[in-house]
Amino acid sequence: MSQVAGKTGAAIEVRSLHKDFGAFTAVRNLSFDVRYGEVLGFLGPNGAGKSTTMKMITGFLPPTRGRIRIAGSDLVRQPLQAKRQIGYLPEGAPAYGDMTTSAFLEFIARVRGYGRTERRRRVGESIARTHLDSVIHQPVDTLSKGFKRRLGLAQAILHDPPILVMDEPTDGLDPNQKHEVRELIRDMARDKAILISTHILEEVDAICGRAVIIARGTLLFDGTPRQLLDMSDLHNAVRLRFDGGIPAQAQRLLRELGEVAAVTADADGRQLTALPRNGTPIIRQVTQLARRENWPVEQVFVEAGQLDEVFRRITTSAIPARPGGAP
Amino acid sequence: MTTTGAILRRELGSYFSTPVAYVFIVIFLVLSGVFTFYLGGLYERGQADLQPFFRFHPWLYLFLIPALSMRLWAEERKAGTIELLMTLPLTTGQAVLGKFLAAWGFTGIALGLTFPVWITVDYLGDPDNAVILLGYLGSFLMAGAYLAIGACVSAFTRNQVIAFVLSFMVCLVFVLAGFPMVMDLFQGWAPQWLVGAIANMSFLRHFDSIARGVVDVRDLIFFLSFIAAWLFANVVTIEIRKAG
Repeated sequence: MSQVAGKTGAAIEVRSLHKDFGAFTAVRNLSFDVRYGEVLGFLGPNGAGKSTTMKMITGFLPPTRGRIRIAGSDLVRQPLQAKRQIGYLPEGAPAYGDMTTSAFLEFIARVRGYGRTERRRRVGESIARTHLDSVIHQPVDTLSKGFKRRLGLAQAILHDPPILVMDEPTDGLDPNQKHEVRELIRDMARDKAILISTHILEEVDAICGRAVIIARGTLLFDGTPRQLLDMSDLHNAVRLRFDGGIPAQAQRLLRELGEVAAVTADADGRQLTALPRNGTPIIRQVTQLARRENWPVEQVFVEAGQLDEVFRRITTSAIPARPGGAP
Repeated sequence: MTTTGAILRRELGSYFSTPVAYVFIVIFLVLSGVFTFYLGGLYERGQADLQPFFRFHPWLYLFLIPALSMRLWAEERKAGTIELLMTLPLTTGQAVLGKFLAAWGFTGIALGLTFPVWITVDYLGDPDNAVILLGYLGSFLMAGAYLAIGACVSAFTRNQVIAFVLSFMVCLVFVLAGFPMVMDLFQGWAPQWLVGAIANMSFLRHFDSIARGVVDVRDLIFFLSFIAAWLFANVVTIEIRKAG
């Protein structure tokens, strides 16, 4: 079942997706694709509608309006066929607490219809891939958060699905575990379509080829992490770190450069940041100036941009402007 | 079928991997023994049958079965595993059926373990074994009816206590249907056909005739269709309200 029906085309196709809970609209007219070989990061503040969208994509919640196609199958009309193509890690990685790790995976394999030998092979394989060997006889209730999350992953990849949907796969893990999970995702990314939701921005930079940002159920950005960084005010900004204090006049002279929009001094009084106009590179002009003025520069650093700054701007700017509110 | 079987296996396994199974079976056996020998006066009656044994089953089930069924769906909701279960490639019907059959099978095991009572009667006298077997069948079917109610009610909530209390109440209505306590609620405002229908739903009446050895196919059909109706309601409940 691991073969992908025609690897071309979108693995997940979301069109005009809409979800109401009573009077509350959780997801509003959302459209996007996830292609094979792509890791799409699904970003948004808490309550943005990420989980609701994932619950609809995996067939748990029916959409109020709109269409979802999974590997070419319409999720509403052919739910079983669509669900067979998906591995899903729900938020919090729920699992049956009274079962042992191996019994739980056995159960998943059985529901997925594998016979005895195939079942054994698949369970063994997913245990090995997620490094669960040491806890196979332990009840799920007694597992640590890291192991529980890995069990959720093991369950999701057991049938080697062409499509993986993961709701905050690294939430609550320690740095080593996060690294491990990301390695695993990167490892699987080659031939699968992977959709992960997260609110950890470094993760997007680390593993996602593309990012989608939603807030209040509306799509606000769809592009690469690179493009996201380019939108940052800090993109191509130059930081100068001085040996000793900031030279007199430095701030003024930098500001007088035509391409510099603003100059800020950092709190410790040893560093200046020159922000460019329209994100154009200013490193040459700045270093020329520094050389000419013979400033005691210790470090020069060009900013790629800061995701959290862009994220904040994108997700808050859609709020109808209020006096004194965000720009 | 394999999917339903997988659910059934998991559910049945979860009874025995927790103290639930053992507590339930012990309490069921102790209580049915106490009722049969003390309240029912099995010996004093001097008759070789299991009337005193079966007579108390509707009341025993009334609080034991909701205790068994309350977790069926409420626990899935509370733990969030319902999201895992319902995104696996299975239909709601398969999940509902698997869970119900597991609980029913478990009740069957508990009921089967009361066999010493049968042996006792068989040793002391010469009972009509066909009637006793029919009694067991009737009791098993009735347990299924209680369970079907309990499973459906459990699908409404994530709180097991609420599931228990509501199931108890609904079961009580069907046990007492045909008696003044229930009929007085409907008499006067409900149409006559409804009052009649409710009176005909009485568990006690249908079970009593089976337990007395009166073979009426209508009683068997009643329990089976009652179960089917509640399982259908269970499916609809899950479909409408998956989350929350």
